[in-house]
Amino acid sequence: MAALQAAVRSDGSGGIVTFLGVVRDRADDGRAVVGLEYEAFAPMAIAEFEAIAGEAAARFGTDVRVAVAHRVGALAVGEVAVAVAAAAVHRAAAFDACEYVIDELKRRAPIWKKEGYVEGAGEWKSNECARG
Amino acid sequence: MRVKVLAFARIREMLEASEQSLDLPGGARVADAWSMLVSAAPELDALGGSTRVARNGRVVSLDEPLCDGDELALLPPVGGG
Repeated sequence: MAALQAAVRSDGSGGIVTFLGVVRDRADDGRAVVGLEYEAFAPMAIAEFEAIAGEAAARFGTDVRVAVAHRVGALAVGEVAVAVAAAAVHRAAAFDACEYVIDELKRRAPIWKKEGYVEGAGEWKSNECARG
Repeated sequence: MRVKVLAFARIREMLEASEQSLDLPGGARVADAWSMLVSAAPELDALGGSTRVARNGRVVSLDEPLCDGDELALLPPVGGG
């Protein structure tokens, strides 16, 4: 997280907003989760992150700077899966940009997660009907 | 022509391969590559409606013409973050 914040901050940054996506212990249907396994089409995911970052600057101000990191592989409950940092001169743009980036990442990035349960076989979960 | 096909997540599991090569006739389109994959793995057909296909990193339609050396990626509904 420190590295992401360092990547976005500048002398002009009045606000730096960070988001961490963490593996939680319950699936949306209530089943107990032991972990998530993430898979990505890395080159395309990175291109998508860059496009999203550019859109955030276009929407919320050219002073906006964004950094994104997403882990792949097996993660246990409590581990950080994704981190977003956004900096801007004023905090409103930083909050807006951070939210935009994670929302768009979840909607568009070629990344997939398989939920592992205490009982039963794992399932690939799409974000189409996921909660915010 | 020869194209490389990358598969991810549930499609990778279904095809039991993260990567494979397809030999297609000249003039083939993405739809032809998909048909060839389905003929080898019929259960893939059920995912046709929800799968996006990227050609060389960009999502394209089934009508998209293919070139020798193209890399196709079969993308199930995404679930990042």
